Amino acid sequence: MKKYGKFAALVVVIVGTLIWLATAGIKDNQTYYKTIAELGQMGDQAYSKRLRVGGDVGAGSIVRKGNVIEFVMVQEKLNLRVAYDGADPLPDTFRDGAQALADGKMGRDGVFHASKIQAKCASKYEAKPGGKPAAAPTYPSKASL
Amino acid sequence: MENIGALAVLLAFCVAIYSVIGSITGKLRRNPFLIVSAERAVYGVWFLITLSAAVLVSALLTGDFRFVYVAEVSNRAMPTIYKFTAWWGGQGGSLLLWSWLLSTYAAVVVFTNRRKHRDFMPYVVAVLSTVQTFFLILNTFVVSPFEMLAVDKAITAVPDGNGLNPLLQYPAMAIHPPMLYLGYVGFAVPFAFAVGSLITRQPGDDWIHTTRRWTMVTWLFQSCGIVLGAAWAYHVLGWGGYWNWDAVENASLLPWLGGTAFLHSVMMQEKKGMMKVWNMVLVSATFFLCIFGTFLTRSGVVSSVHAFARSQIGTYFVTFLAIGIAGTIYLILDRLSYLKSEAQLESVISRESSFMFNNLVLLASCFAVLWGTLFPVISEAVSKEKISLDAAWFNQLMIPIGLFLLVLTGVGPLFAWRRTSAESLRRNFTVPGISSLVLVGALAAAGVRNFYALISFGFCLFVAITIVMEFFRGARQIAAKNQMNLAHAVVELTHRNTRRYGGYLVHMGIVFMFIGFTGAAFNKSRVDEMKPGDSVTLGSYRLTLKDTHEGENDNYMWQKAAIEVSKNGEFLKVMEPESRLYKISSGRQPTHEVAVRTRLNEDLYLNFAGVNGDRAVIQSYVFPLVTWIWIGALTLIFGTLVALVPSKVKREYARTQVVGFTRKHVPVEK
Repeated sequence: MKKYGKFAALVVVIVGTLIWLATAGIKDNQTYYKTIAELGQMGDQAYSKRLRVGGDVGAGSIVRKGNVIEFVMVQEKLNLRVAYDGADPLPDTFRDGAQALADGKMGRDGVFHASKIQAKCASKYEAKPGGKPAAAPTYPSKASL
Repeated sequence: MENIGALAVLLAFCVAIYSVIGSITGKLRRNPFLIVSAERAVYGVWFLITLSAAVLVSALLTGDFRFVYVAEVSNRAMPTIYKFTAWWGGQGGSLLLWSWLLSTYAAVVVFTNRRKHRDFMPYVVAVLSTVQTFFLILNTFVVSPFEMLAVDKAITAVPDGNGLNPLLQYPAMAIHPPMLYLGYVGFAVPFAFAVGSLITRQPGDDWIHTTRRWTMVTWLFQSCGIVLGAAWAYHVLGWGGYWNWDAVENASLLPWLGGTAFLHSVMMQEKKGMMKVWNMVLVSATFFLCIFGTFLTRSGVVSSVHAFARSQIGTYFVTFLAIGIAGTIYLILDRLSYLKSEAQLESVISRESSFMFNNLVLLASCFAVLWGTLFPVISEAVSKEKISLDAAWFNQLMIPIGLFLLVLTGVGPLFAWRRTSAESLRRNFTVPGISSLVLVGALAAAGVRNFYALISFGFCLFVAITIVMEFFRGARQIAAKNQMNLAHAVVELTHRNTRRYGGYLVHMGIVFMFIGFTGAAFNKSRVDEMKPGDSVTLGSYRLTLKDTHEGENDNYMWQKAAIEVSKNGEFLKVMEPESRLYKISSGRQPTHEVAVRTRLNEDLYLNFAGVNGDRAVIQSYVFPLVTWIWIGALTLIFGTLVALVPSKVKREYARTQVVGFTRKHVPVEK
């Protein structure tokens, strides 16, 4: 049965290495999903963890200052100022009113410093659950017809 | 029209249920007429779904904006080709495409096997029709594409639709979803054969022989789909990446990894009668990963950059997956005694063991990707905190896994079956081993310090040489025997055993792709706000903004930046990245048409990101070696096609390859 011992040893080494790789990186690479309301309740923890915050991009709030792009994110009437200074260009879907996800850290200055922005174009061409058809501006409103 | 479409889908649903019940009852009651009628029902389903798809497509082409679906994904100004591809531009339509492809596959299976495998075909039909029924439930009752816009009870039309997401108005993206679906859906067929063979307690490997080509074709479609998606991201999204470990990308990779493992492990069953249980597990896992992938993309369960909203169809998918997986596990456990292995592993350094490790690592990577993708869901369930793992985590794990697989690609085929002698190891590995060490040394001396990049280039050369040597050795013998030149001999050699040498070509494609992936370690980029006349330097390139100009057509307005590019002082060309504003798609979404100068050694990639005051924001990138990814993909496709060609010399192949196939191996204790 010696050969099975060898197989077992190799399998253990491979699987062990993978588990080690998977767990070693997990702390550095994890991001917490938070709502803007939860962010306000986090206290000091908010400044140490990497966070992902979602919301709608406030209309007319996108301002480009050099390499930093600032905007306001709105979620359930709460506002959050966001400054994006990442290297990647912003996605095409990022614009006024889009649903955006910002990854980054909360600054002591009250501004959320994002290193990555994702924007969802979901509401644009898919019906939201419950409401159909999609409440897109090109439709005639039902009342007016 | 809309009533015909909706009715056809509903009827297809009923006929599919009949086909399930008819084929099982017919089999149990030994009623051949019932079985045949259930098989005919499969054609009926195909006809009905085709009819409903035709209704939907004609509504899209003619711009019938009474359809909710048409109004959501199409508009008048869109080019006709995108009006057609809008078929799969949204939820309802793309699930109808799924159904239609499945019914097409099922019809082909029934037709090609109408005189074969009579004992287990009823179960194959039953499994395929069950899956079909599930998707028809979605088409009929959950996300029907035949809903009408109505005010009170009067059906009404809107003057124009929302238009297809401009990001999807791109050739690669137009065919990416059907390619991927062809791959997803296709795995239903090997799965159905596996289940049929399990239920009827087939002793042999009939299901594997019958579905071998299916699996390869399906795998090919999946590969094409994934690469097209990557190419689309590279050319359209404007950030120059092709893979971001996004949930939806992962969803397409998972079944591909499972399928790749399956393609390798079936060889073990065919040649040695080993790994029978494993193959059953793999083919089932791959099929369910396909369904799971559709679920991930369609339900929005993990938030992702992809545009699909959360919807209630998630519950249906979870239920279907749970029932299907439970049933399959029960079946496999119940039939374990029919799946006994005919041989045993003999040595760590053998072909068998290299297959085993290939499978282990592919499965481990599949599990890792699945874990990472579902981590937000898992963490939310366990700790009430939704935590996501980002691309860095995936890279940290997948780069070593990828490199290990790469080296297995090289050494695996050179190990002999059963055990490999030290002499053959020395003969096969001296040249490639020393060459790659020399290459790594030279690169390190030239200043390359990235650890993974060095390893990767070393392995790439190693594998490439082993593959070339395999071709060369075989071809030289044929050339000497038949007095032909070497090139002709290579073709002859490949033709004699297309599966083996096609497989080597696929491996070569993988090597090319790894060269391309490794190039990413040396990317350069910068962002500048430029006025006409401004110049910037990136690597050896000098970029000068000449001017910006604009215009419009029916579909969009555009703005172009003319950038003069010179390298080492020598003028190359004027590149014109473009920024577009699509007019009608609700809210005037901008998109970016990047300008790319493609060379074998590197791409120069310019993106016109926007305008700030009187200055243009230009993002410029240099991506070394990225073209090799696309070259590798083409090589992979070519290799798979070669492997699909029937081998010229079947008998000779059987004699050389399958020594001791029928004899049971006596286990040798060392």
